Amino acid sequence: MNQVLFFILAIISIGAAIMVVSTRNPVSSAMFLVLVMCSLAGLFVLLGAIFLAALQIIVYAGAIMVLFLFVIMLLNLRRDEYGRDPHVVQKYLGLALGAVILCQSVVILGWAMKDYSATALSIQNGDLSGASPDTVDYNSAHRVAHTLFTKYSYPFEVTSILLLAAIIGAVVLARKKSPPGQEDGED
Amino acid sequence: MVPLGYYVVLSAILFSIGIWGVLKSRNAIVVFMSIELMLNAVNLSLIAFSSNMRQILSRFLQGVSPSEAMDMIGSAMASGQVLVFLVMTVAAAEAAVGLAIIISIHRSKDSVNVDDVNIMKW
Amino acid sequence: MEIQAINQIQLLIRLIPIFPLLGFILNGLLNKKLPEKLCGWIASLSVFISFTLSSWAFLILIGLPVEARSIQASWFDWIIIDPFNASFGFLYDPLSAVMMLVVTGVGFLIHVYSIGYMRGDGGTSRYFAFLNLFTFSMLALVMANNLLLLYLGWEGVGLCSYLLIGFWFHKKSATDAGMKAFIVNRVGDFGFALGIFLLFWTFVGAGHPTINLAEINHLAPEVLAGTGVVTIITLLLFLGATGKSAQIPLYVWLPDAMEGPTPVSALIHAATMVTAGVYMVSRLSALYMLAPISMAVVAIIGAATAIFAATIGTVQNDIKRVLAYSTVSQLGYMFLACGVGAFATGIFHLMTHAFFKALLFLGAGSVMHALAGELDMRRMGGVKKYMPVTFATMLIATLAISGVPLFSGFFSKDEILYKAFSAQHGSPILWGIGLVAAVLTSFYMFRLIFMTFLGPSRMDPEVEHHAHESPRVMTIPLLILAFLTIVGGYVGLPQALGGGNWFENFLEPVFAGEHQVAGEAANNSHSLEYLLMLASIVAAAIGIFGAYRFYIANPEKPKRLAEKFKGIYNTLLNKYYVDEFYSAVVVQPLITLGLFFWKITDLRGIDAIANGLAQLFGWMSSKIRFAQTGLVRNYALLFVIGVIFLIGFVFFR
Repeated sequence: MNQVLFFILAIISIGAAIMVVSTRNPVSSAMFLVLVMCSLAGLFVLLGAIFLAALQIIVYAGAIMVLFLFVIMLLNLRRDEYGRDPHVVQKYLGLALGAVILCQSVVILGWAMKDYSATALSIQNGDLSGASPDTVDYNSAHRVAHTLFTKYSYPFEVTSILLLAAIIGAVVLARKKSPPGQEDGED
Repeated sequence: MVPLGYYVVLSAILFSIGIWGVLKSRNAIVVFMSIELMLNAVNLSLIAFSSNMRQILSRFLQGVSPSEAMDMIGSAMASGQVLVFLVMTVAAAEAAVGLAIIISIHRSKDSVNVDDVNIMKW
Repeated sequence: MEIQAINQIQLLIRLIPIFPLLGFILNGLLNKKLPEKLCGWIASLSVFISFTLSSWAFLILIGLPVEARSIQASWFDWIIIDPFNASFGFLYDPLSAVMMLVVTGVGFLIHVYSIGYMRGDGGTSRYFAFLNLFTFSMLALVMANNLLLLYLGWEGVGLCSYLLIGFWFHKKSATDAGMKAFIVNRVGDFGFALGIFLLFWTFVGAGHPTINLAEINHLAPEVLAGTGVVTIITLLLFLGATGKSAQIPLYVWLPDAMEGPTPVSALIHAATMVTAGVYMVSRLSALYMLAPISMAVVAIIGAATAIFAATIGTVQNDIKRVLAYSTVSQLGYMFLACGVGAFATGIFHLMTHAFFKALLFLGAGSVMHALAGELDMRRMGGVKKYMPVTFATMLIATLAISGVPLFSGFFSKDEILYKAFSAQHGSPILWGIGLVAAVLTSFYMFRLIFMTFLGPSRMDPEVEHHAHESPRVMTIPLLILAFLTIVGGYVGLPQALGGGNWFENFLEPVFAGEHQVAGEAANNSHSLEYLLMLASIVAAAIGIFGAYRFYIANPEKPKRLAEKFKGIYNTLLNKYYVDEFYSAVVVQPLITLGLFFWKITDLRGIDAIANGLAQLFGWMSSKIRFAQTGLVRNYALLFVIGVIFLIGFVFFR
């Protein structure tokens, strides 16, 4: 059952990813990317990280992609009408390089995991906390929160500063330049 | 039981597609979306490893009592997911700033074609 | 007593070279700061002191027994690299004593003469500095006790010759002549150096590593007798001698060297420097006696040069050129003497020649001085009435060089001709060539006297108006030299005429084979000697009479003869076209080679590589800059390629 689900979601995500890159309309690209994210959320659920699956949908698909779509609409981007690509080398070399990276990754993975037996690599669905009943039952959100606020508390705080910087940066970059001589104290 | 390897391979495939997209696209927004795709692939890989931590770590903790092992593993087991959490945060920040840049470029050039940003030519 | 004398001599010979060196340093450093006259007197005084000390040493030497007459002393150890050992040291024996007296004595007279001659010239301090340097080098040459110091002196005199020939460096002809002298000398010096190397190497091979002259002469029979290498060594050394002493084939620089001031011609190119070759051959007589082939070569070249130069001298019109060719010819006589084994006779002629040739040159200089630099004898004539002293002294010198009896030249030249005929290595052919050359010598010398001093005046009226006798500072040296020309020959008065042949006996111990030659000669009866003497006198008379006929009795005759035999005349006038031959065969190819190396190898080859390298970098960067396309996509592409390589490097290493 898991395997079937996995393969369905995998096919969907790969197909949508290819469409993201291939389609000419930027809005279509955005929609396909949303589809990729949703299928990835499904894969997260399969892996037992339900908290993160929800987070994926809420943050990525729900906020970031919406932002993308806003910008596309703001810039009034139509269907790509740039004509023939003058640098065809990019298209084909890009494909080749992507393939090379894929091969490299697979080979490295294989070499790294060659000592692990097949059963050890199998996921036990839902059985994340171990076999003994006397251990604490960590569910996903609990575990993430625990780890986040103990082990990774420092990066967490730094991330807040990062977000602050991003907000300020985005606002500064995107605002209209006021015409000279007309300072009206907007900030 | 889906083997860990399948997830990682899927992640690699998505990553490669993302690279192809970055190199191929002429629309700056699509380039950004390809970058997001790459980030997502990495997220998938992280969570896959995180979920398998118990099995991976159990190989190295043969002589430890189960409860201690659980304590140790317990906090470690979520590291991947926490990283994904942080990655999402950073991705959001990056998307915001990047899109702001694209908007301001669009203001001056009225185009989001990356080939138009070529003043640093020889 | 003897030890004390030897110590005295050692001290003296250490002191003698110092004074000219000091004079050089003083005049050289204080260039142009001293008044003109002072420069001259400083230089002359330094040479005079050296002359006095040389005379003193000579007097002590005479007092020593014959076996002890070889004394060495040195300034410092120069190069000591085992097994090569050369000190800056001096050897004093009869030969070097004679040479030193000639160099310093005649040199002193010429220095004094120069004070008058060079008055008014802007560079007198430079002139006297160079003259003193020359004197120092010449002394180093004749006093050297090893071949290295001799070579140093050899080169030093060559250098001073160059400096003094080109003294008036504003004149291109003078600088050209200086270069010619130096370069031709260099060719000879190359042979000389090779000879020294080969000599040293042979001696090292025999277990006696030395270049000390006394040791070489002593060991020569042991090391070199019967070998072929001694012939090669002596021929190489003789090549150096032909360069320095202007023999065939390297004589071509001497006539051109007349571009220098006349006292320079007198000192360097008559009395001293050009005799260095003769001295060297005599000094190494032990080696030459072991190589009969070389001796024959020396004698033949000497005789050939004598007659060759004499023929050229008969038609030259420049007064100094005549004297230059005369010098070459007389040097040929000296080498003829050495070649037949009569080394002492060669030195004897060297000494008398120094007297009368210096006198001739100084006299010519006196004439030129009076006639405002006129050189061409066709524009002289009748100068006698304006310059009686010069005329008288030059006549005396001319009589000497022509071999007229009672004058020194007769004794020395006659001795050479006698030895050429009768010595073991001699032959009548050589004697015959020498005799013909003697006829020509007296002919052209008297031609010079007749054309210059006697006969109707062909002078430019303006010049004639200012003609006057030279000042005392110039005429007194002339008088002294004239005196020496007359009496100088009597020290070598041969036994045939009642003398004791003191000169030859004095020098005999220095030369290896003198015994044999002298022995041979003594066996011949004096009758042969009288006969040959008569032949010499007749030869001189023919020459004088011929000159009289041609230039006093029938002045038109030379012109008519010249036109009749135009080909021969032109050949002689143009010095047998030897200069042109050398130019075409040696000089032009070298110049072409040099131009080739410059234009093609250097400019196009090496510069091309150097410039090309720079251009290569420029070209490369002009191509590489196209990598900066400005396209973000291309940069991303390179980025990804880099990532691939990085991953590969990290994981697959």
